[in-house]
Amino acid sequence: MSAPMSFQPVLLWTDALLFVLIVLGLLAGLHVRNQPPLREAWRKVGKRPTGMAAATLLLAFLLVGVLDSLHYRPLLPAVAAAAVGGGAGPEAAGRAADEGGAPGSEATPPASASAAGAAAGSAGTAPTEGSSAAVYSTEVLSALDALLASLRAQTEKTYSAPFAWTLYQREAMELPDGRQVRDYPRLAHGAAHLEAPGEARAADVAARLLQAAGQALLWWWGAFVLLTTLVWRGSGLGWGEVAGAMLSGRTVLAWRAALITLGVLMLIVAACLQLAPYYHVLGTDKVGQDVLYLALKSVRTALVIGTLTTLVMMPFAVALGIAAGYLGGWVDDAVQYMYTVLNAIPGVLLIAAAVLMMQVVIDTNPQWFDTAAERSDARLLALCFILGITSWTGLARLLRGETLKLRELEYVQAARAFGVKTPAILRRHILPNLMHIVMIALVMDFSGLVLAEAVLSYVGIGVDPTTISFGTMINMARAELAREPMVWWSLAAAFVFMFVLVLAANLFADVVRDAFDPRR
Amino acid sequence: MLAYLVRRVLYAIPILIGVNLLTFVLFFVVNSPDDMARMQIGVKRATPEAIERWKVERGYDKPMFINDAAEGSARFTDTVFFDKSLRMFALEFGRADDGRDIGQEIRDRMGPSLAIALPTFVLSLFASISFALLLVFFRATALDFWGVVLCVAMMSISSLFYIIGGQWLVSKLWALVPISGYAPGLDAARFLVLPVLISVLAGIGSSARWYRTIFLEEISKDYVRTARAKGLSELAVLFRHVLRNALIPILTGVVVVIPLLFMGSLLVESFFAIPGLGSYTIDAINAQDFAVVRAMVFIGSVLYIIGLILTDISYTLADPRVRLE
Repeated sequence: MSAPMSFQPVLLWTDALLFVLIVLGLLAGLHVRNQPPLREAWRKVGKRPTGMAAATLLLAFLLVGVLDSLHYRPLLPAVAAAAVGGGAGPEAAGRAADEGGAPGSEATPPASASAAGAAAGSAGTAPTEGSSAAVYSTEVLSALDALLASLRAQTEKTYSAPFAWTLYQREAMELPDGRQVRDYPRLAHGAAHLEAPGEARAADVAARLLQAAGQALLWWWGAFVLLTTLVWRGSGLGWGEVAGAMLSGRTVLAWRAALITLGVLMLIVAACLQLAPYYHVLGTDKVGQDVLYLALKSVRTALVIGTLTTLVMMPFAVALGIAAGYLGGWVDDAVQYMYTVLNAIPGVLLIAAAVLMMQVVIDTNPQWFDTAAERSDARLLALCFILGITSWTGLARLLRGETLKLRELEYVQAARAFGVKTPAILRRHILPNLMHIVMIALVMDFSGLVLAEAVLSYVGIGVDPTTISFGTMINMARAELAREPMVWWSLAAAFVFMFVLVLAANLFADVVRDAFDPRR
Repeated sequence: MLAYLVRRVLYAIPILIGVNLLTFVLFFVVNSPDDMARMQIGVKRATPEAIERWKVERGYDKPMFINDAAEGSARFTDTVFFDKSLRMFALEFGRADDGRDIGQEIRDRMGPSLAIALPTFVLSLFASISFALLLVFFRATALDFWGVVLCVAMMSISSLFYIIGGQWLVSKLWALVPISGYAPGLDAARFLVLPVLISVLAGIGSSARWYRTIFLEEISKDYVRTARAKGLSELAVLFRHVLRNALIPILTGVVVVIPLLFMGSLLVESFFAIPGLGSYTIDAINAQDFAVVRAMVFIGSVLYIIGLILTDISYTLADPRVRLE
């Protein structure tokens, strides 16, 4: 084989669907551009400062999620590949014991540091022959992992507080003169660059924060100039005038709110970029992983659950809702029967039953999955489907009701009188007038689903335990509050990230509903 | 009215059969009992004999639908489908994996579940409606605006954080009540205060906002203007007119959950170690005790249907114009 690629792209199912969703979103955007009423409704969203601020935040989360969806398998160095057949790396084995289960791709140390350990961590599918063919790690990484490589690699032994320079627990250490002492050992990475962190840390952090502020200001200025130029083009006003309007909030769309949000975001990102290589900004968890890294990885899981669930249930809800409302008769009876039955089962129990059963299917068919990442991805996707099946009933009922109303309107009756075929009526007259309900459902459901994921993962019927998500983070952290001294940082990180994401989604959903709901 | 109720109860039967079939398909057709046995025993120790023993112990060794070996009606009754699914209609749930009778367990655990769910339900209804009325009374003022902001912020916090935070603050830091546990009788109160308060707090954001929307919709109607024009005070308008007319949409959402209160709350009961049906369900899910999960699904759907019928009845009580025929 000639010059193997340094990585092998991996397209997980949820990645593919997420990209489908994004393409659909772009197509819908093009469609909106050509439809004056729709454009007007979205303009209403943009006029509200909360709408713009929330949209900015959501876009930032989406960026993290998309970066985390570009998966690949890194190339293993030839020597390391040959050694895979041997024993598992001690590091990987130790961490597996800590995790109390099969270690997923995330729990193993990075391939660059100990490729053999990484490959051995996931169920040995790597070839044992040291052949000349390119061998890719069974560990699936994402573009986000590559960007955060240092964050991923800088693991400690166990808990450490944010900005700490010592571990959370005392350990027996041997001094150079041979005496044994029990003390807090220095961290391998956190504040390791300082000689005497006790005195120097505050000044160091302050200096880096100052640097970060400067950097953020520079970025923000760039963004401001870019945005102003975009707004200015074709406005017929002077650039300075437009810039002044942007800053004082006199533009049609609430650009100022977006710019303020962007500024705060950039400040936080810059601060993290400056500090994260030298400190554990949000501390480390039980197995010593950086909590900031875990929190960022959780964003993708939340986005996948929040959006794909609606995506997979939408076709059912739309088709069945319209069919029941428009065709009536036995179709209506059948659809109503279906959703009454599904509604009758308490949601959590239906989900629990379905997840338990699906887990059996996944466990009995290990041959379907090449890597641990694919297996946990299958469970994530299945969870989306299960949540979708239990949640389509609400949307279907709304659509049925609206269709019942629409089919009696004059223009639909006229179309029928002219002999337009039923499929054409549905497509041309009914469906477009239902899209606002679908749209509202999509954004309204998002926050509820993100919250549901955390609860379900806590109950043990959510995502795979090796998938990093807010639910698994909380689940691991819940016993930590009882420790003395308290380990609060993983819980706090999960709380803040989730709160910001859900709050932004809730605010955005409100603005979208106000703009699209004709009753308001 | 009686004829209507009889019809509704009859209508519930096909729905329960549907639920029953769906759970049967989920539990026995998607995965064969062999698969479940293998998972329960552990893949490594699952010898054919062990699997067979597991199935015999739980009665999964019979044929699925038709027992060719049996005579007469036993052809249909001596099957997995009859034993595990149809017997539920007689409220016979069989035994859990630990050998205890599920029906007895459910009767024992209903009390603690209700002890926590009922006060939570009443208090949160009262608190959210009061808060919503307050916001509506001060509508279009700063109080209303910040009240709604507070609601949105509160509903953006996962219920897990309310529980974890409440336990930490009240039980650990202030040491006012025990962190978790339960005692029968009046002694239960000190174990119940915190979970009830936390559940009320966790739910108030979304429900108060929802009630506020309902009230605002009602308040823009003509009869409210008439009432004001008559010279009624704003309070009288709110309580005597708006609240009563808003009852129908409120009842739609509220009455249906009353029977489900028996099921308890999964999260709260498991965090506070209350021996109710919610923690029973969670334990069953974690132990993958399929018999218990199946029983809970069935009971849940029965209670839901009872809730639907109660909702209809409550309409006639709230609004004399509604007649059930």
